[in-house]
Amino acid sequence: MSEQALLLEASGIAKRFGGVHALSEVSFTIRPGEIYGLIGPNGAGKTTLFNVLTGIYEPDGGEFRFDGQPLSHLKPNDVAERGIARTFQNIRLFANLSALENVMIGRHVRTHAGVFGAVTRNAATRAEEKQIEKRAHELLEYVGVAARANDLAKHLPYGFQRRLEIARALATDPKLLALDEPAAGMNATETASLEALLHHIRRDGTTILLIEHDMKLVMGVCDRVLVLDYGKKIAEGPAAEVQSDPAVISAYLGGEITLNLKGTG
Amino acid sequence: MHQFFDTKKNPRLAWVGIAIVALVLIALPFALAGIGTAWVRITNLAILFVFLALGLNIVVGFAGLLDLGYIAFYAVGAYVYALLASPHFNLHLPFWVILPIGAAVACLFGALLGAPTLKLRGDYLAIVTLGFGEIIRIFLNNLSQPVNITNGPQGITLIDPFRIGSFSFSQSETIAGLTFSGPIKYYYLLLLVLIGAIVVNLRLQNSRIGRAWEAIREDEIAARAMGINTRNMKLLAFAMGASFGGVAGGMFSAIQGFISPESFILLESVMVLSMVVLGGMGNVWGVIVGALLLSFTPEILRYTVEPAQKAMFGRMLIDPEVIRMLLFGFALVLMMLFRPAGILPSALRKRELESKPVG
Repeated sequence: MSEQALLLEASGIAKRFGGVHALSEVSFTIRPGEIYGLIGPNGAGKTTLFNVLTGIYEPDGGEFRFDGQPLSHLKPNDVAERGIARTFQNIRLFANLSALENVMIGRHVRTHAGVFGAVTRNAATRAEEKQIEKRAHELLEYVGVAARANDLAKHLPYGFQRRLEIARALATDPKLLALDEPAAGMNATETASLEALLHHIRRDGTTILLIEHDMKLVMGVCDRVLVLDYGKKIAEGPAAEVQSDPAVISAYLGGEITLNLKGTG
Repeated sequence: MHQFFDTKKNPRLAWVGIAIVALVLIALPFALAGIGTAWVRITNLAILFVFLALGLNIVVGFAGLLDLGYIAFYAVGAYVYALLASPHFNLHLPFWVILPIGAAVACLFGALLGAPTLKLRGDYLAIVTLGFGEIIRIFLNNLSQPVNITNGPQGITLIDPFRIGSFSFSQSETIAGLTFSGPIKYYYLLLLVLIGAIVVNLRLQNSRIGRAWEAIREDEIAARAMGINTRNMKLLAFAMGASFGGVAGGMFSAIQGFISPESFILLESVMVLSMVVLGGMGNVWGVIVGALLLSFTPEILRYTVEPAQKAMFGRMLIDPEVIRMLLFGFALVLMMLFRPAGILPSALRKRELESKPVG
């Protein structure tokens, strides 16, 4: 696979918090059109990696290349503009705004009206506003929240809030959609329909980076998986292969309780 | 109120309503002049404060940035006008040149205040903005040496009124049997400018920019992750609010003919903020009601408390100023108890206070 064909290329990413090495020497690549899983035990550095990728934290080392361009030292809003949209582990919707308004805000980065347009409300601005609203309705339909478009985000059921966050992220027209534990707290039915949504999004041309603890979901949707433990990459590859990797099993089941019970000395 | 003025749902009723309001506003200064010209002046100042409150509403109500030094921009606008249209520097530029300059300079100061406070929120931001307001006032007080720029605490006198050719806003004129006194002329001008300000406020709120401000208010990190340039949007809010203050200051200068740093003390900032909060942060109509209430109540008290006490007790027992503060405190407690989101709360504030998040 040639260099150009990579959507995201992370090389040697490091992040320290004081003496804690939250991430060290993490390298991986994401190809366009795939669903890439990011798993690991609690505290392995998954969300930290997300925050470094999306510009919320500055990396202490290493570099991201996105779509052929370096991504380092960009602010979160610039990262979003470049085409990476994210959701948050602990849902961060605009709680007191309606579902529709939440998605409309997602369109901000792809629209242009400034103060002049807002105040004069000229033809271009009116057309843009109409377009924003139309697209927002489409996206709500797409994730299945259309029926409650005018409800406040905070009044939506939990599963809907997760989906709304995805719709809001999709409103920025991302090339890479980064989802931080979208299935957390969902029941089996909700997870199943989320899985369908993820497949749908990928089919429509958006690459997905997925942090998830629900292994069934990860195995069901991810083409390839990266496993982190204590901030280090311990495995990468197709989901099925990674699942049987001894390092991964030991990370999840806990260190060196190796099956050395017979004591061969 | 909204149903009544909804031109889409009920056009006939709405236009009748608008026509009635317009007629009342047009006739108002003559009715007030009947009671006393002082009341026209009081109304003009009230309109200025509505204008100021609308400006502060952009910063506090829309973008959620608590600004306790807002009066500084009013001061900047007032001094820009005073310096460019008074014998102090012997400059006499026309007002339609100075007002935009005042707005621009205030806008610049807004950005100047905004830039170092971008990472601050809530209480911390309030303290810095409060300090900024004081800095401006102290500068105005002391910039009389070594070069006399502001004339220090004496202030600047003999400021030009608004003038277009030979038409001066400070002179009385009789047109078609009606006497248009200076304050009445200013009233109409202020009303026009105010209508402009209301339109700007309403349109900003329902726009891409207004939504970005709402997003920042709600959750700044999420707003940034959605690609909103929070730095620029916050600076824009500060600059927009400040330019409103600058224009209001220029008009204040011209109407009063005299300004000194004493007009721009911290209490004035607090007053404008109270107008915004009392009326309902973020709701344009609420802010207008709040500003009118807080502008007129003290004046009405001034004219009623003294005679009332004389009639009842034969002499003054309590100073009107004291009663005013007493009533303010009382009103504040009542508001907190019964209408914590303001008299006419914005939809957003109402939602915030009415229900707790589910998720």
